[in-house]
Amino acid sequence: MNDALGMPQTAVVVGATSDIARSIVRELAGRRLSKVVLTGRDEARLDAVDEEVAALGIATHTKVLDVTDVAAHSAFVKRAADALGQVDLVVMAVGALEPDGPEPPGPVETAELFATNCTGPAALLTAFAKLLCDQGQGRLLVLSSVAAVRVRRVNYPYGASKAGLDAFAQGLSMGLEGTGASVVIVRPGWVATRLTEGRAPAPFATTPDAVARDVAAALERGTSVVWSPPVLRFVFGALQFLPRALWRRLPS
Amino acid sequence: MSTAADLDMRVPSGTTLLNGWGRTAPSAAHVVAPASAGEVAAVLSGAGKAGGAVPRGLGRSYGDAAQCAGGVVISSGRLDRVLGWDPDSGTLRAGAGASLDALMRQFVPRGWFVPVTPGTRHVSLGGAVAADIHGKNHHGDGSFGRYVQSLTLVSPTGAHRLSPGDDDAGSYWATVGGMGMTGLVTDVSLRLIAIETAYMRVDTERADNLDEVMSRMTDSDADFRYSVAWIDCLAKGARLGRGVLTGAEHAQLADLPARLRGQPHAFAPRQRLDVPFTAPGGLLNPLTVAAFNELWFRKAPRRRQGEILSLAAFFHPLDGVGSWNRLYGRRGFLQYQFVVPHAGSEVVRRALEALGAAGVPSFLAVLKRFGPRDPAPLSFPIEGWTLALDIPVGARRLGAVLDDVDEMVAAAGGRVYLAKDARLRPELLPVMYPELDHWRARCRVLDPEGIMTSDLGRRLGWLEANPA
Ligand SMILES: Cc1cc2nc3c(=O)[nH]c(=O)nc-3n(C[C@H](O)[C@H](O)[C@H](O)COP(=O)(O)OP(=O)(O)OC[C@H]3O[C@@H](n4cnc5c(N)ncnc54)[C@H](O)[C@@H]3O)c2cc1C
Ligand SMILES: NC(=O)c1ccc[n+]([C@@H]2O[C@H](COP(=O)([O-])OP(=O)(O)OC[C@H]3O[C@@H](n4cnc5c(N)ncnc54)[C@H](OP(=O)(O)O)[C@@H]3O)[C@@H](O)[C@H]2O)c1
Repeated sequence: MNDALGMPQTAVVVGATSDIARSIVRELAGRRLSKVVLTGRDEARLDAVDEEVAALGIATHTKVLDVTDVAAHSAFVKRAADALGQVDLVVMAVGALEPDGPEPPGPVETAELFATNCTGPAALLTAFAKLLCDQGQGRLLVLSSVAAVRVRRVNYPYGASKAGLDAFAQGLSMGLEGTGASVVIVRPGWVATRLTEGRAPAPFATTPDAVARDVAAALERGTSVVWSPPVLRFVFGALQFLPRALWRRLPS
Repeated sequence: MSTAADLDMRVPSGTTLLNGWGRTAPSAAHVVAPASAGEVAAVLSGAGKAGGAVPRGLGRSYGDAAQCAGGVVISSGRLDRVLGWDPDSGTLRAGAGASLDALMRQFVPRGWFVPVTPGTRHVSLGGAVAADIHGKNHHGDGSFGRYVQSLTLVSPTGAHRLSPGDDDAGSYWATVGGMGMTGLVTDVSLRLIAIETAYMRVDTERADNLDEVMSRMTDSDADFRYSVAWIDCLAKGARLGRGVLTGAEHAQLADLPARLRGQPHAFAPRQRLDVPFTAPGGLLNPLTVAAFNELWFRKAPRRRQGEILSLAAFFHPLDGVGSWNRLYGRRGFLQYQFVVPHAGSEVVRRALEALGAAGVPSFLAVLKRFGPRDPAPLSFPIEGWTLALDIPVGARRLGAVLDDVDEMVAAAGGRVYLAKDARLRPELLPVMYPELDHWRARCRVLDPEGIMTSDLGRRLGWLEANPA
């Protein structure tokens, strides 16, 4: 159960091999988290994370799942619910960037990117939302991005796919009012992870551990949108109003 | 009066979002309000498939005790009649949904009072039994379970008439303090106490630090039927734990001023104010709370004897403001209450220091000495010192500081009050309540399939053999 300070005892981590997700699990393990279901595409990487999480004293179950495989979602949700009893928190951390370079991705890659960042997660969140409604409690933690707030010229397909997910999560959040289930949207800035490895950091760059601390604080305070670092809320509040001509020319 | 909590539970059926008085961790459940013991049994027989069931009275427990996410919440709201009254023995029989407020309004004017009252009248008889509530008279009079002559419990195995005098199976004492996990109490026979007036004769004394408060309480407790101290948690250093002690007796007719003697049993407390909306967060912060505490301490007399106060003014001052819990804003608040045996009384000071060091703003805390305990395995009061404080959610490091205090309390052989808990680490439950296994075995007899369950119980894992 989630306690009065918003701390979950159980969690399903979708994209458990993500650096940010691993930090979130570590942070919550120091509080009340005691049982998790971990998923990822790659069995070997998943097993490594499984070992790491089990070493924190947490009971783990693992399941290989590609989030774009929508046909597998409902069986997975059922399995996760059976393993955990109550699902207190779902961490949706799946995400991919287009390759670094001057060329935008082609049509097939673009469709794949949207499947990974937007349609796959939206489908799985829908299935979990139904479970949490039936449970009468639980939270969906959705890793969006500041890139969703105003799409940039560079990596606009990523930004657009995240914008889709972000908007979907906002809608879901409204739809869940009164059910006991709720949504928390996380909008990190540039985070040093496997995803951004080898790419130039943006201003206000941060670390997975710092994002995890911001997430825990937000769960505790019942905040529904988390900016990490928090200052980005004001930065992006202001950037919204930058004229398009200027915004377009902003360096990556 | 109808508060949000009352309205919540009068919904006859459908999914309703429920929370405790602290307004934290809401969860949705199907709420049903059976009108008879037979209807309760019918609800319980279907509840296993529907995600479990928990009883709910007036929702005055602070945390998640009267919630059952995704399951059935059985309101006692329609079991609220007075069923019998024997003026010779002062024994009252009433439905478990009857509130102490309603009973006082009926019986105080006839010269009778409840043997134990909490800080609010808006609790149900069932809730009073299930939490084995204590009052300012615990040091001499003990807790609620002692004054019940018998009760009807509808458990998943059927209806049982239980009494403390005839409890070989341990079902009575498993129900007292059992937080609804043995089934739903449908009616209660309770011994009332005779009072000559509806007033209290109160002595008040100010003390400048914690040692003074505790030593004076130890010396003078036995002189008073009711005794409690209010502590300013924000005073630091030499003034740490400064407070105001009150000791009181039911006033005799001769104690009353002439103008009150004509109607010595008049009792019609009114709610003077209501908080119509949830206050914006931040209204209660360390600065405003400190200012309030300072004012309150200075206002108290250094020493005053024989002040005459109404029952409501002495016992239930907060009931004068409806829905005051909304003052804590959207995030809600915690009430943290622990007790430590006398040998561990240092924990009171260390807890105040730890909370003060973390800058956790708390309004007045309540300090009291408990007397001997009940035989109920899960009853909270044990002989020693108890401290209760209200804390708004949102202070940084709040979770970590309370975890630290929990450890001190457990190490000293103490425990936290489950009717107020909303965040205890489950591993500490069997340490704080060493008779947990014994209690669980009693529950299993009354509820072999484990139908009774609550958010509190799931969170603390108390019905699992080895809490997660
Ligand atoms: C302002 C305030 C002051 C308080 N002061 C004190 C105090 O001084 N001393 C003290 O001891 N407590 C105090 N309390 C706590 C309160 O007395 C207990 O939480 C009490 O249990 C609340 O009763 P309720 O009817 O609201 O029960 P609920 O909050 O609805 O339920 C509490 C528990 O009782 C169970 N329960 C309720 N009805 C039944 C039933 N018919 N059969 C079986 N189980 C049932 C529920 O399942 C739940 O576990 C205070 C609370 C408030 C808000
Ligand atoms: N890093 C940043 O700067 C930053 C900024 C803002 C938002 N975010 C978001 O934060 C989240 C976590 O990112 P991260 O930085 O921690 O990156 P990461 O370490 O690369 O994690 C990405 C995760 O997505 C998983 N994944 C990718 N495609 C998948 C698919 N089709 N099915 C299932 N899983 C898939 C990966 O699993 P595999 O192990 O199987 O590859 C990995 O677990 C992402 O949603 C990201 O968009 C990141």
